[in-house]
Amino acid sequence: MSLDPATIRRIASLSRIRVEEDQVESLQHELNSILGWIEQLNEVNVDGIEPLTGGAQMAMRMRDDVVTDGGYPEQILSNAPDRNGEFFAVPKVVE
Amino acid sequence: MANSGSLTDLTIAEARDGLRAGRFSAVDLTMAHLHAIEALNPRLNAFITVSHSKALAQAQAADAALAKGDYGALTGIPLAIKDLFCTAGIRTTAASRILEPFVPPYESTVTANLLRDGAVFLGKANLDEFAMGSSNMTSAFGPVENPWKRLQDQDAVLVPGGSSGGSAAAVAARLAMGATGTDTGGSIRQPAAFCGLVGVKPSYGRCSRWGVVAFASSLDHPGPFARTVQDSAIMLGSMAGFDPKDSTSAERPVPDYEAACKRGVKGLRIGVPREYRADGMPAEIEALWQQGLTWLREAGAEIVDVSLPHTKYGLATYYIVAPAEASSNLARYDGVRFGLRKDGGELAEMYGNTRAAGFGPEVRRRIMIGTYVLSAGYYDAYYLRAQKIRALILRDFNDVFAQVDALLTPTAPNAAFAQGENMDDPIKMYLNDVFTVGANLAGVPAISVPAGLDANGLPLGLQIIGKAFDEETVFAVSAAIERAAGFTALPQIRAGQ
Repeated sequence: MSLDPATIRRIASLSRIRVEEDQVESLQHELNSILGWIEQLNEVNVDGIEPLTGGAQMAMRMRDDVVTDGGYPEQILSNAPDRNGEFFAVPKVVE
Repeated sequence: MANSGSLTDLTIAEARDGLRAGRFSAVDLTMAHLHAIEALNPRLNAFITVSHSKALAQAQAADAALAKGDYGALTGIPLAIKDLFCTAGIRTTAASRILEPFVPPYESTVTANLLRDGAVFLGKANLDEFAMGSSNMTSAFGPVENPWKRLQDQDAVLVPGGSSGGSAAAVAARLAMGATGTDTGGSIRQPAAFCGLVGVKPSYGRCSRWGVVAFASSLDHPGPFARTVQDSAIMLGSMAGFDPKDSTSAERPVPDYEAACKRGVKGLRIGVPREYRADGMPAEIEALWQQGLTWLREAGAEIVDVSLPHTKYGLATYYIVAPAEASSNLARYDGVRFGLRKDGGELAEMYGNTRAAGFGPEVRRRIMIGTYVLSAGYYDAYYLRAQKIRALILRDFNDVFAQVDALLTPTAPNAAFAQGENMDDPIKMYLNDVFTVGANLAGVPAISVPAGLDANGLPLGLQIIGKAFDEETVFAVSAAIERAAGFTALPQIRAGQ
């Protein structure tokens, strides 16, 4: 499987990373080289194996579905690049 | 007051005893380290941020506590904190432009535990951007110099390893007595080996990930660096513990790791995984490995040949799982709630501009790989297959640990390399983690111990891997290697030189 320039542009767009036209070729080379190396995994027989999601060898712990934290908007907003009162401000999305 | 050169050479255990006996003050100890940082950090670049006044205030508080006899395990001990741990009121960058202005309003659980026990934070240590790298070359704040030099090539500037390169360089050069790190594929153990230090990656769930900037959540492990096994045990004892704020934190008591260092290895069964005998491994690393086995045999352990058949697939599995999780974790850096923003016409353009300007090339590459392997049509072929192979790798470890108590392997396939080497091809850099990545995929504890020098006078490490939550045996074996190795070599660049 080899990624073409259109796929590189699609992945960049899904990743929300702006990629300039003159970067596509080098990205294509780098990503194909990594994916080519990963292809070795195809030789492993995984029939009947359950996927492992994590390193924790225990059941996920549940907690009560209640609010445990919050109530300090100034701390939450203290790093905001732009704010409007107690809200994060972003460029207009809906006309 | 003792002269500052000797204060920075103390181990944590020695400094702890000296502080309690009143031989010097916590302010003396902190000042000695701040002076060392002032002298050497411009060259080594081990710290991104030095928290001078906060450190002094913490040291003064430590002296007050010591005067009252009210002290914790680390009261007055000056540490470096990898700049991936959120520290309240101290800038936390993850070595990325995208978090350059970020000042967390909260404290990570691990650093809160260290503060509870009286530690002094000297500052925030440099790292590969978002902990993605094995050389510290991807930091947006510049590379870190390894304080060790090649005997034959004194001009070469060596890397400290990565991703926790600043933590390792700081402790090796005596700018800090210990440091926190994080290990996702080898990011504590490989720099520990490159800098002649002890580096501990505990079991998954042992140290809380809450407040640690996430790279790959199922693989990220906070852990300590120190100059001795005992010091690393003291640090882990403070850092570890159950945390309800991390859903994968283990609800288990923290054993006395310092006591475990004294246990010895008599009667233990130590496995030698034959698949780690990689083609092209330098002869001196192979020889050191054999030497390590001899030391353990002489100390009363039994050496057993074992097999971890899926070892060769560990790295490729990692390079699907880790980028997949990273692409999801790093989606939060969008220029809205914190960090860098690069404006654009509309929202999507602002996202794209912010992330292109804020992330370096290695981070962008991994986000894109992760996005691809999780995308519709490719999920099963890549991500699901990798998760199944991860299950096989865990099964290998479980099978082996039914036969032996711990494994002994080299930590890395080479000693520290020079800045600029291994940079032309990402996969070459990835291969540095070939011996360490298995313990991350399986979640089992592992320690790197300095065990010898190569022909160039550079440190080499041996890795001890143990059963999940059996750090005690890993500490016992590590301490036995340390005693037998008698590693006393010092880096050329260090405080007081």
